[in-house]
Formats: sequence, structure tokens, C-alpha cells
Amino acid sequence: MNTIKRILGVVWILLGLAAGYYLIVSQAIPQFTSGKTEDLVPAIIYTFILMPIITGGLCIFGWYALQGEYNTVE
Amino acid sequence: MDENSVGGVAASSKKTLWKVIGASSLGTLIEWYDFYIFGSLAIVISTKFFPPDNPTAAFLSTLATFAAGFVVRPFGALFFGRLGDIIGRKYTFMVTLLLMGLSTCAIGLVPGYQTIGFVAPVLVLVLRLLQGLALGGEYGGAATYVAEHSEPHKRGFRTSWIQTTATVGLFISLAVIMLTKSSMSAESFDDWGWRVPFLISSVMVVVSYFIRRNMDESPLFKKAKSEGKTSSNPLKESFGNKYNFKFVLLALFGATMGQGVIWYTGQFYALSFLQNVCHVDFDQTNFIIGTALLAGTGFFVFFGWLSDRIGRKPVMLAGMLLAILTYRPIYDRMYQLTDVTVKQELVDQQRTEGNILMKAYDDGSTATWVSEGESVKQTVHVGKGAFFSIALLVFIQVLYVTMVYGPIAAFLVEMFPVRIRYTSMSLPYHVGNGIFGGLLPAVATYLVTKAQMANTAAQQISGNAPYEKPHLEGLWYPILIAGVSFVIGLLYLKNKNQNVQ
Repeated sequence: MNTIKRILGVVWILLGLAAGYYLIVSQAIPQFTSGKTEDLVPAIIYTFILMPIITGGLCIFGWYALQGEYNTVE
Repeated sequence: MDENSVGGVAASSKKTLWKVIGASSLGTLIEWYDFYIFGSLAIVISTKFFPPDNPTAAFLSTLATFAAGFVVRPFGALFFGRLGDIIGRKYTFMVTLLLMGLSTCAIGLVPGYQTIGFVAPVLVLVLRLLQGLALGGEYGGAATYVAEHSEPHKRGFRTSWIQTTATVGLFISLAVIMLTKSSMSAESFDDWGWRVPFLISSVMVVVSYFIRRNMDESPLFKKAKSEGKTSSNPLKESFGNKYNFKFVLLALFGATMGQGVIWYTGQFYALSFLQNVCHVDFDQTNFIIGTALLAGTGFFVFFGWLSDRIGRKPVMLAGMLLAILTYRPIYDRMYQLTDVTVKQELVDQQRTEGNILMKAYDDGSTATWVSEGESVKQTVHVGKGAFFSIALLVFIQVLYVTMVYGPIAAFLVEMFPVRIRYTSMSLPYHVGNGIFGGLLPAVATYLVTKAQMANTAAQQISGNAPYEKPHLEGLWYPILIAGVSFVIGLLYLKNKNQNVQ
């Protein structure tokens, strides 16, 4: 089980990066450049709230998992 | 160690415990009430404080009604969590209660845009920010306070009463608004009556303040303080220390993230889906949600109690798994029950009055179409059978909510040690619920709208719609988030207190 937890660490890091890419490239940039005022709020939320939490959080979580930090939790 | 002792400190007597639970729950309930009335009255508020023809005001309106209240909650968790771990749980959550009460009451007193112009939306935004901050500090304090008074083997049961307050708060906010509405004319409500639910909060807060004022500090915190074991910098210790921070991340990704989206799907997206996607009448949807909430609230306590017997993890993960597997069939059935295109129309009862077309159906449902310029607004009033079927489907979702949410306070409290508990448990809770959950109705509605627009565009070109069931597209957000949370929870969480000692 500890091996699976460590290997999945890579999955969480990749998932965090993919989510970050999706939030910025597919969501935030088109909304920032749409010129509509109502698009600003979601764009700001994607860039400054969601992206740091999801990408940053999942990457650190994955890194800890990869290092075996959660092995002792078992 | 005696099973009734908490970290070497005897748990409070039963009478004291119920006082603690009552005082904490009442205050938290009021905070939820305050938080929800703003959302429930958002349409009225937007007409009073925000001119619709001004784009900057529209921006402030969106920020105030949607983003600020939710997004600011984690900051409240950090600010008040730190205070709670340094000066104590009791004083901190009394401050959050007063802050919430004063902000809510002040919203009810702010003059409208017509009177003070642009100052009105700015004031409302600031007050909404204060509400979010207060809520961010309140919940962790109440949950920690009750858990630290409880016997370890009954923590799930005792803290589950705090868990009922969010649902009861929503229920009471809807009831107060409907009672106020029904006690006056529509014009009076629109003119000044909408302020009443905000002002009522001040009375409730004063009562709750005096009840809480006479309570003792948590025995565990008192002991830690007398031994000089409290933290001088809880933020640094919680998030700068790898050992604690890894548990903060685990609590977020393995539990509160999934719990947050399931909670907001069951209680809020269900309401938004019925109103905006199925076009069910506003009052009827509130009755449906109210009925389901009323029937389901007791299960918070049941699943809290059950988590004391079999562990927090199986109860919460079962709720997540059931939700992931059944959301699409449930929402598809809700859509079918309200879809008048598949019902048998009673042609002889069709009527047209001016710009309003009315139709009746064999199951007791009625539908109206109001034409305003080029747009047509459809409203469906479902028959008795469909009403109860939909209420049952929402009730099932509320059951999932109670499974994931009932044990979560005890689960979070047990994950972190006393010296940094308030700070450490509050942040993952409010990120999971305020951010992942709070964004759900908007994200899900956006996904549905995008799918419907793609279908319309494709049908105009080729005739083939890319989405077979566009109304279900919004569910991918909670299913995906809960799915990731379920896998992380299943693999990385263990079914015992991980860090409590």
C-alpha cells in the first residue's frame, strides 16, 4: 500500500498541473480578454484563488506522498 | 485512561455538555442564518443597492453576492483561528458572533443607491466581507469548543449538533423571509420589508451573546494554557511545519473538498437546478428543498453518532461514493419529472391571456410562458405526485450531505493537536466548503449553459447535438472533485485519530 501511495504522488502532481493549465489557459485568459465586466470576477477567482489552491496544494500533497510522508499514516 | 477523560482532563458533566452544545449551536445557527439571508434576498438587494445599467456596480454586485462571502471565509479562518489558539476558543467565537450580528444588522440599515449613490454598494460589499470573515472564524471555534468538552468516544455525536446548524440556519432563513413576505403586501416587502430579516438577526445575536458569555473556556485549552503549552505562533506552526501542514493538505484533499461539493450540490445546486434548468416555480422549489431539509436534518446526528461506532472514514467515504454513483440518475429523473414536453397535455384547458400562455397536464402540473420582447420565460408548477418524487430525490441528496458532513467536525478536531487546532481545522474546512463548495452552483450552471449553447449552435449547422443530456453537464464538477477526494481519502486517511494526541 505504501508503494501505491508513493506512486500516486506523481498522479497528484500531474493532476495539479493539468488543473492549473486548464484554469489559466482555457478559463482565465479568455475571460480576462473578453472585455466584459462580468467575466472579470470568475477570471480573478480562477487566477488568484482556485489555481494556487488546486495546483499548489495538489503538487505539494503529491510531493509529500512521493516522499513517503503519508506512509506513517497507514 | 478513562474513556470519559479528554487528554487527561475529565470531560464536562452531561448537564454542562448540553449547555455547551446548546450555546455553541445556537450561535452558529444564527451565523448561518445571517450568511444565508443575504443569498436568499440577493435579487432584492441587487435592485436596492446596485443600479443594473452600471457595469462597475454590476461587478461589485457579483463580487458582493457571490465571491466575497465565500472566498473570504478561509481568511477569517486564519485570522480568528490564530486568535482562538492564542487567547482561547470562547472569547474568539464570541467576537465572531458579534461581528456577524453587527454586519447583518448594518446591511438592513444601509440606505439604498437612490439615497447615497455609490457608497451603498461599497458599504454592502464591505459588510458582506465582514460576514464571510466572521463565518470563517465561527465554525472552527464552535466545533473545537464542543469537541474539547466532549468524551472522546462521543465526539462525533456531540459535534454533530453543530453540524445541523448550517441546514437549520438555511431553513430558518427561508422561513423568516417567507413569513415576512406573507405578512405584508408585495410593495411593502419590496419597499422596506426585505430589511426585516436582517434586523431580526440583532435580537438573536444579543440573546446568543448573553448565553455564551456565561460559558466556561474549553477544559483542554485551559489545561494547555495553564501548562504554558499553547502556541505563540499557530499560523507558522500549522502551515510552516511540514508535519502539521501535510495533515492540513490531507484534510482538505481527502475529506473537506469532497464533503464541500456534496453539501453544496445537495442543498444549493438542487435548488438552482430546479429553478434555472427545470424552470420550476420559485415558491414551489423552496417548499421542495425545505421539506427535504426538514426530513433529513436528524440524520446529521445519526451519522455523527454512527461515526463514533464505526469510524469517521467509512461513513464519509460511503456518502461520497453514493453521491458520485447516483448524482446523474437522480438529476436526470428530476429533469424528467418537470419536463412538460413528455407530459400529456389537457388541450381543452389551454389558455392565453395577453402575453401569457398557460397549459395544464394530466399529472396535475401546469406551465406558463410569459413573452417579454424576444425572450420567453417558462415556469412549471409540478403536480402532487411529481412534487413528492422530487422532494424524495432531494432528500436522498440531503442524506448524502448528512453522511459526509455529520462526522466532519469530529474528524477535523481529531486530526490536529490542541495548541493549533482552531487554526489548522478551520482552514481546510473553509477552503473545502467556501471555495470548492461555494463555487459549485456558478461552475455547474456555467457548464450546463455552455453545453446547451454548444447543442444549439451544432443543431443550426449540422443537426447533431454534441451533448445528449446537456442538463447533466454541471454535475461533472462535483463528481470529479468528490471522485479525487474519495480516492485520496480511501488511500491516505486512516480510520482512527491521526494526530489528536
